[in-house]
Amino acid sequence: MRGRLRKAAWAALAIVVAVLLTQSTWWETNQTVFAQAVVSGLLIGGVYSLVAMGLSLVFGVLDIINFAHGALMTIGIYASYLLFDNYGIDPYVSLLITIPLLFVVGVGIQRFAINAVMDAPVHNQLLLTLGIAIVIENLALVLFTGTPRSIELSYARNEFDLGLFSLDFPIRLFGAVITLPKLIAFAVAVLLAAVLYVLIHRTQLGTAIRAAAQEPEGAEMVGIDVRRIYMITFGIGAACVGAAGALVMPFLFVSPTAGATFNIIAFIVVVLGGMGSIPGALVGGLVIGLTQEMTQLFVSGSSKLMGVFVVFLAVLLVRPQGLFGKVQR
Amino acid sequence: MSKIRKLAQASSRDLMVLAIVVTILALVPFGVSRFTLSVAIAALIFALAGIGWNVLSGFAGQFSFGHAAYFGLGAYTVAVTLTKYSISPWLGLILGGLVAAVFGLLTGWISFRFGLKGAYFALATFALAEMLRLTFNTVDFVGAGIGITIPLAGGDDWARIQFEDTPSLQYWVILGLVALSTLAVIGVMKSRIGSMMLAVREDEDAASALGINPLRAKLIAIAISGFITALAGGFYTQSLLFINSDLAFGPLVSVLILLRPIIGGVGTIWGPVLGAGILSVLGEATRSLVRQPPSFLQIIEGVNGLDQVLFGLILVVVIIRAPDGVLGWFRRRRQSRPA
Repeated sequence: MRGRLRKAAWAALAIVVAVLLTQSTWWETNQTVFAQAVVSGLLIGGVYSLVAMGLSLVFGVLDIINFAHGALMTIGIYASYLLFDNYGIDPYVSLLITIPLLFVVGVGIQRFAINAVMDAPVHNQLLLTLGIAIVIENLALVLFTGTPRSIELSYARNEFDLGLFSLDFPIRLFGAVITLPKLIAFAVAVLLAAVLYVLIHRTQLGTAIRAAAQEPEGAEMVGIDVRRIYMITFGIGAACVGAAGALVMPFLFVSPTAGATFNIIAFIVVVLGGMGSIPGALVGGLVIGLTQEMTQLFVSGSSKLMGVFVVFLAVLLVRPQGLFGKVQR
Repeated sequence: MSKIRKLAQASSRDLMVLAIVVTILALVPFGVSRFTLSVAIAALIFALAGIGWNVLSGFAGQFSFGHAAYFGLGAYTVAVTLTKYSISPWLGLILGGLVAAVFGLLTGWISFRFGLKGAYFALATFALAEMLRLTFNTVDFVGAGIGITIPLAGGDDWARIQFEDTPSLQYWVILGLVALSTLAVIGVMKSRIGSMMLAVREDEDAASALGINPLRAKLIAIAISGFITALAGGFYTQSLLFINSDLAFGPLVSVLILLRPIIGGVGTIWGPVLGAGILSVLGEATRSLVRQPPSFLQIIEGVNGLDQVLFGLILVVVIIRAPDGVLGWFRRRRQSRPA
């Protein structure tokens, strides 16, 4: 009873604040900027979620801090770019190639490199993945030089007739601009999150993965090939960034370090959401996306990332198991 | 007095090695070019930073992925006190060390009180270094996005640690700092405090059951660690005559700092110096290979990033083949050899 009362009080307070805010002069002058910040934050947050899900899975199942995650995303970005540039394959069609490609790359990395340090101290695991990241990023530099490239989607500014209504891109919502590539990236990212959730929680493979995460020895005893599960898990983790790479390619400058910028954000999202939790990664990604845009809006002159790090430290100290994680102590 | 004598006996082997290593290293400037000397100076700066890292992460077992925080605080303290208040960089080095130690104590106290360890502690240190980078990049007092340029003293100036005419002097100064820090670390590790750190690293619960205060051991470690790494940062400013937030606090700096002790051997007295030596030789070798390749490898000449690819591959192989660093690898080979 008291809990319900408290919830009602919080909801009432939130409504009052919201009403006051919409009536204030601040709101009148800043409505558009605010709406844009919310929209941009949520849209990019969806991509953060997808990147973080892969990382979270690897972190949660293999207990590996993977600093090569962003570099793997770079592979996805370049794969998608090259397919578009050389063969005219649409970036969203190239998902069908980048996802399996990165899965194979991930399985290979786990099989030939990470597997050797599964029981090694944290710093060795970290340094190994860092070494892999250095190799991948500089290989991209050798092959494609550091020149940033970008593409233009021919249909990014089209009007789409959807029967009942039509959408004219870029859409304007409360004054905020929504571009087609960002909307698609968000929608597909959330869709893939749902697919991943079903895979992990509703299939036999997913059950085996969760078993290997919780009790590797027990899983081995009931006939699960844990080494194989580890390879598949790392493959799935890499496939997530393969997808994310193709999704961000149309609105990003393609460069060897394009993926690396997502790496540290993904770590923050994983800790925020709770390691190994897919819903946690989804919510965490959106929260971090909103946080970075709000920082830019309210704290003038500071970097977007400042607010993100503040939130991150607060979560680390107060709730290290993350929003969706279970208390282990 | 007897305590000091006992300490000297227990660590006499380390002290002898220190004397020999420093003597050999002190002779380096006599046989090399100016360019090689600058490489050697850079190697010693990061060896010094690594010696600091090794105290917290190697001996006390708290893995830091953000030692750029201490390095940068040292670097900026020297730059700011010199350019704004005309304070000699010698004093600036000490001040920088103190600033870093206090920063370490404050952030360490909070982190350890809230029970951060392992990967979580590493990520927290990373976040702190990044926050410092973003702050120093925006605050005008410390040069914001432009950074701080140290005015040239002209010629050799002991008071300002600038040796334009005789770079060997600069080399000997940083070698002296490395020697003193190594001496300090040997002293700490042979003392009670050092044993407490090792006990906390091996098993925190068991250590506290024996009456050791783990928080105290970790805080002492973080303060010493921050102080030494800040010395390296301060000297870095004086050798580069310029500092900005990326050079001081960038994530790459943290990686450069921890790479040396890990390659050499985590939690060993000589790991950081050995790792620094190995990495500079490797780095220069791959760089000159790409700059002037043998005739059958003509195609790789001047290809941007290729040296880094080689470097990364070597790193991967070293971690897989020699997981306890080069010193650990030697030790294991010696043990497995039939007597």
